[in-house]
Amino acid sequence: MSIFVAVQSDDFCVASEYNELRRQSGCGAIVTFSGLVRELSDNQLHSMTLEHYPGMTEQALTAIAEQAQQRWQLGAVHLIHRVGTLKPHEQIVFVGIASPHRAAAFAACEFIMDYLKNRAPLWKKEHTSNGDYWVEAKTSDQHALTRWD
Amino acid sequence: MIKILFFAALRERLDCEQYLLSCDGNMLQVTDILQQLQSRCHSWQQELSRSDLLCALNQQLVPLTASVKDGDELAFFPPVTGG
Repeated sequence: MSIFVAVQSDDFCVASEYNELRRQSGCGAIVTFSGLVRELSDNQLHSMTLEHYPGMTEQALTAIAEQAQQRWQLGAVHLIHRVGTLKPHEQIVFVGIASPHRAAAFAACEFIMDYLKNRAPLWKKEHTSNGDYWVEAKTSDQHALTRWD
Repeated sequence: MIKILFFAALRERLDCEQYLLSCDGNMLQVTDILQQLQSRCHSWQQELSRSDLLCALNQQLVPLTASVKDGDELAFFPPVTGG
């Protein structure tokens, strides 16, 4: 099992990550997830700034990947989160899972995103036509964790 | 000395990124430290009393009952919104 975690301002290439995951021995399934900067419906989003807690963010993401590894049979986990200022449609986060079987890969991918949204010290600030706003945490994201209890 | 960090909306509202607190070698609880910080002024009192405040001790999430010692790094921040 290998874990790759990166917190970076640079963009990432899904194809490169996918090809890395394909090299994993015994891999029969790959599930990938990409999260993008979404446009807002009511006011124009110019950009979004991702703030993080350097050091802790990497530790938290690694711990989440390790938890997934303990729950499912996984070959590799790639987890990349960008920080800094991003424009609409830019990539924010990538989760890639290689596993012998698809059920484990799908489940681990969802598990990692649910935990990332509740445990990793990252914060979004939206820069819109109406001003700058910190994104509020959603209770639906908190509730999503209960399915893994 | 205890290094205290603030992040995101909390950092902006307190207008403070980092705060150094002398602890004279005493073991303290996070709640003791919060009380000291809250006593600085009304806005710190308000912001650091929020029920959704999160706390990390040496870069691990901890409850407010955790014990803090000299040389530790403590951080306070609002609920996270990455992903």
